[in-house]
Amino acid sequence: MLEKMIFGRYVPGDSFVHKLDPRSKLLFVFLFIIAVFMANNTITYALLLGFTLLVIFISRIRLYFLLNGLKPILFLIIFTFLMHFIFTKEGPVLVDLKFLKIHEEGVRQGIFISIRFLVLVLMTTILTLTTSPISITDGMETLLNPLKRIKVPVHELALMMSISLRFIPTLMDETDKILKAQLARGSDLTSGTIKERIRAVVPLLVPLFVSAFKRAEDLAIAMEVRGYRGGEGRTRYRQLNWQGRDTLVIIIFLVLVTALVWLRGGS
Amino acid sequence: MKEILSLDHVSYTYESEEGEPRKAVDEVSFTVWEGEWIAIVGHNGSGKSTLAKLMIGLLFPENGKLNVFLEELNVDNLWDIRSRIGIVFQNPDNQFVGSTVQDDVAFALENNGVPYDQMVPRVHESLAQVNMEGFLDHEPHHLSGGQKQRVAIAGALAMRPKLLILDEATSMLDPQGRDEVIKVVDELKRTTGLTVISITHDLEEVLLADKVIVMNDGKMMMSGKPEAIFAHGDELEAIGLDLPFASRLSRFLREEGIAIQGEHTTEEELVNELWTFHCNK
Ligand SMILES: Nc1ncnc2c1ncn2[C@@H]1O[C@H](COP(=O)(O)OP(=O)(O)OP(=O)(O)O)[C@@H](O)[C@H]1O
Ligand SMILES: [Mg+2]
Repeated sequence: MLEKMIFGRYVPGDSFVHKLDPRSKLLFVFLFIIAVFMANNTITYALLLGFTLLVIFISRIRLYFLLNGLKPILFLIIFTFLMHFIFTKEGPVLVDLKFLKIHEEGVRQGIFISIRFLVLVLMTTILTLTTSPISITDGMETLLNPLKRIKVPVHELALMMSISLRFIPTLMDETDKILKAQLARGSDLTSGTIKERIRAVVPLLVPLFVSAFKRAEDLAIAMEVRGYRGGEGRTRYRQLNWQGRDTLVIIIFLVLVTALVWLRGGS
Repeated sequence: MKEILSLDHVSYTYESEEGEPRKAVDEVSFTVWEGEWIAIVGHNGSGKSTLAKLMIGLLFPENGKLNVFLEELNVDNLWDIRSRIGIVFQNPDNQFVGSTVQDDVAFALENNGVPYDQMVPRVHESLAQVNMEGFLDHEPHHLSGGQKQRVAIAGALAMRPKLLILDEATSMLDPQGRDEVIKVVDELKRTTGLTVISITHDLEEVLLADKVIVMNDGKMMMSGKPEAIFAHGDELEAIGLDLPFASRLSRFLREEGIAIQGEHTTEEELVNELWTFHCNK
């Protein structure tokens, strides 16, 4: 079940989208999220959807893989759609079943909201699918760098994030090991009342926390002896490299926004 | 010969809430010369790690004098001296900071402000020294313990240190991983003249050393060449240390009244001695 979830996962590749600088991708997705809310009629929503499909095509992620991985979220989208369908009572009635009247406005709103939701989820998923977590961290650090002026600890936050990402698999392995050790001692997490199950989790969490603290202490020492003393005077091994294609992405965004402004219905 | 490190009656006591504080390191003195391989052995809690922490300036001696590269370690030269010492600890996972092999090797370089164009060749060079150049983009959880420790050594070597300290760096590894690491360090020492201080429980490692220091309850019990140390078999066993298989066997043989000569720390030496003994009979 968890293996199938692709929200937040990274799949290496060498498409145009994969090769982009994380900064241009982050910037694009951030601005795109805002731009999505400008759409307000059929043509603008169609444009957004078409554009997103185009990006999926360029990133060479298989549509089936993407939709299959996003199943739980798709259910949520369909649910929102149905809610609008049933509860919006505006515009002429399209279908009149005795117990349920479906209005034109309901169908319209349902479709629009679903597209908006879908497009947002797809875009952010494409971002994480095509960018390694560490590149995202690097990109964020550089983009947020100006915030250092107002004393936001950008470097420290980025380091925290990259260390957490680095330790996720290690701690997962550890959880698995502790789980097996506790199962071998007769602990049972799969049956019993909720209260019993919660109680069974405690012997899992305690050793995990103890070892995580031990790791943190060791890691702090390892960092210190290797000369780490904060972001001051540090150089960077990972270089970000803004290229022509990254500028192109920003231009594409500007074109998209212009089109949205031009095509959106006056209100 | 140049002096790398010297301890002169160094003591250290950890603060503790309960009970009488015990000296973790008690009046220890020794000198390490350039190009030497020193092995430090001793039972659990005998103060070996505390010694290592004193050498790298994580702790400061409460008594005595500790010189590293002929300078007394203090708050001002601490970072400079640290940049010239590499240290590798026991747990392979808990000292891997970077998200990939090359990031981890570059970590010390980044911290010390080495410019980007020098970092790249240094990372490659250090990884080549530990035979890990094919693993640049590997993530830590896809490496074996021995590979992680070799990456840790590469990370230490990237700063081109004069002294490498291994604090039980092989004790969590399987025999194969341990051999890989020992081989790499041995080769480094021979090719680059690196000074090595290795804190260890592993007898193979002890036999590779030029000098062995035996710690017992924070005190330096004895020091000398490995053969000379293993000649004190009973005393070592009394403080809970193992002897190499060949030494033990040769002691048992003598106890059984077989009059073989000399001390034997490796199986080869013992086999040769047994042949000599057999032919002279
Ligand atoms: N942070 C600490 N606080 C208090 N006491 C400590 C601390 N670290 C070590 N000690 C004590 O100091 C003594 C020496 O510890 P040290 O870690 O140097 O031993 P060691 O020889 O490295 O042992 P091991 O073989 O288990 O690694 C021990 O008695 C230990 O309990
Ligand atoms: Mg120790």
